Amino acid sequence: MENLGVLLTTPMNAYLEEQLNQRCKLFRLWDAPEEDQTGFLTAHADSIGAVVGDTKIGADAKIIALLPKLEIVSSFSVGLDKIDLQVCREKGISVTNTPDVLTDDVADLTIGLVLTTMRQICVSNRFVRSGAWKNNDSLRLTTRFSGKRVGILGLGRIGMAIAKRSKAFGCSIYYHSRSEKPETGYTYYSNLLDMATNSDVLIVACPLTEETHHIINRQVINALGSKGVLINIGRGPLVDEPELVAALLDGRLGGAGLDVFENEPEAPKELFGLDNVVLLPHIGSSTWETCKVMADLVLKNLEAHALGKPLLTPVSLPCK
Amino acid sequence: MVDSSSIDVLQPVLILLPMHDFIEIPLVKKFKFLKAFEAEEGRDQFLEKHAEIIKVILCTGFTPVNAETISKLPRLECVIAVSTGVNLIDLDACRERSVRVTNAGTAYSEDTADYGVGLLMDVCRRISAADSFVRQGLWSANRDCPYFGSSLGGKRVGMIGLGNIGASIAKKVASFGCEMSYTTRSQKETVPYKYYPTVLELASNNDVLVVCCALTKETTHIVNRDVMLALGKEGVVINIGRGPLIDEKELVKCLLNGEIKGAGMDVFENEPEVPKEFYGMDNVVLSPHSAPLTPESLENVVELSIANLNNVFAKRPLLSVVV
Repeated sequence: MENLGVLLTTPMNAYLEEQLNQRCKLFRLWDAPEEDQTGFLTAHADSIGAVVGDTKIGADAKIIALLPKLEIVSSFSVGLDKIDLQVCREKGISVTNTPDVLTDDVADLTIGLVLTTMRQICVSNRFVRSGAWKNNDSLRLTTRFSGKRVGILGLGRIGMAIAKRSKAFGCSIYYHSRSEKPETGYTYYSNLLDMATNSDVLIVACPLTEETHHIINRQVINALGSKGVLINIGRGPLVDEPELVAALLDGRLGGAGLDVFENEPEAPKELFGLDNVVLLPHIGSSTWETCKVMADLVLKNLEAHALGKPLLTPVSLPCK
Repeated sequence: MVDSSSIDVLQPVLILLPMHDFIEIPLVKKFKFLKAFEAEEGRDQFLEKHAEIIKVILCTGFTPVNAETISKLPRLECVIAVSTGVNLIDLDACRERSVRVTNAGTAYSEDTADYGVGLLMDVCRRISAADSFVRQGLWSANRDCPYFGSSLGGKRVGMIGLGNIGASIAKKVASFGCEMSYTTRSQKETVPYKYYPTVLELASNNDVLVVCCALTKETTHIVNRDVMLALGKEGVVINIGRGPLIDEKELVKCLLNGEIKGAGMDVFENEPEVPKEFYGMDNVVLSPHSAPLTPESLENVVELSIANLNNVFAKRPLLSVVV
């Protein structure tokens, strides 16, 4: 695939960048001054046949319009919310993502977020490092996780992996999704509000679409309540963030563990001083092991495309 | 107004050091607390004054109960610890005098195990480090988070000690796709995990060590320099047991030299002192001995303590007996 021109949208992974540089014609979008990315893309439009994007910058309608030779978007992510799938379908551009490979990492981090939020482990770490332990009573009660009621919004691959782990903690597993999945044996709620009312921990693990935008609104947050904990490892806009911030500041919500935010890389500053939240910079799949596997999958998809072979992990594009 | 005659009816219980309100408040209504640490005449005088009526000591895990104290209490029948660890109680002296010792049994197991898993996850996935990166406003400034974690799946996790807490941790960590193994004094027939007869063999064959055995003379510094070197550069140590189970000075050196990768600790050798070298390391997670502290755990232990105190006075068999 040495003739394939590849646009890399961000410095997402050093290994992937190095491989692309060796094996393709690589164009780095961040090489262009921010105000003149259009000029950069126009200048290289004839050479760029592929876009490799991630959760920050993908291939939106504007980028696609500037690249008439674009044949494939191979995303270094599971989520497709930064790719205009409709335009890709219209123009016959193939799209691939990296499903499955990060399922376990994201599910693991979810449990890590639950435990560090409920048991306030990051708070403890800050407390000891501040030197305050010597002078202070360290006994602070935190919230038990084992045996609690866990409501999962979205029971896809990641939701299922979270359910399996929560089960090992003796939790009751509830879920809300578009359709019931009786084979799982978990308790289905057709109504998200009802599930939130009956859950101690609500985990947001569904894809971001027009329908799921702000699916966690004021009502859902209030239903979860002052002892409830919200965990978001899906996408920031699934949660109405100003409402979440207000609920945490008012004490209407017990706590929150967030790996994703509405305006990344910004996280609400009002939360920085709170002990009942854990704020992570979208690291659900940020492990050395998984990023290597994801990078290899991106490379194999591009290679298959260049050789005219079937793609490894194609995304089925929406019909109009 | 408190009716003083009704207090006299309450059975006396010796308290050597302050207990936390979470435990004291529900118990003090049912028993008469004799607080040696508040005595104006001094502790020795206080013990002498009440020696004939003291049948039971109630203590936390931070309260030494030594041979000298025991020798001053001729009527002592039982020491009731509200902690899991009884390493500060002179068990030999208790045995000699036929004084029974009870601990918290399984009251804290679930929460301590959860906390151990949380520490393990925090160290491997850099949660605390990444959280402070965001809180310091560095994410919006730098965009890319420098804290890259390591996948739990496929990791080999070795348990030092497989009692209630260890077994619970093992079950939970196994759900992340980790390969579990353990070392204990004797192999457990019913356990599905691989057994190693020595800590050194366990360390050589694992990526993570979780320390959750009881602290005794034999287990002091069970994780020494050799064990850490056997664990190796990519290795992580989690301590949810007691501080002296790890040679802390050597742990500091190994971390500073990159001879192991990270550590998560809820306990330390000289609490509440923590080696200052740890403060500057972002690959360690530090916690002030708070693993078991949830309302549920404390309710369990209060219930158990009340039951055991009543058992002592009613001469019924005790629960959760250590000695």
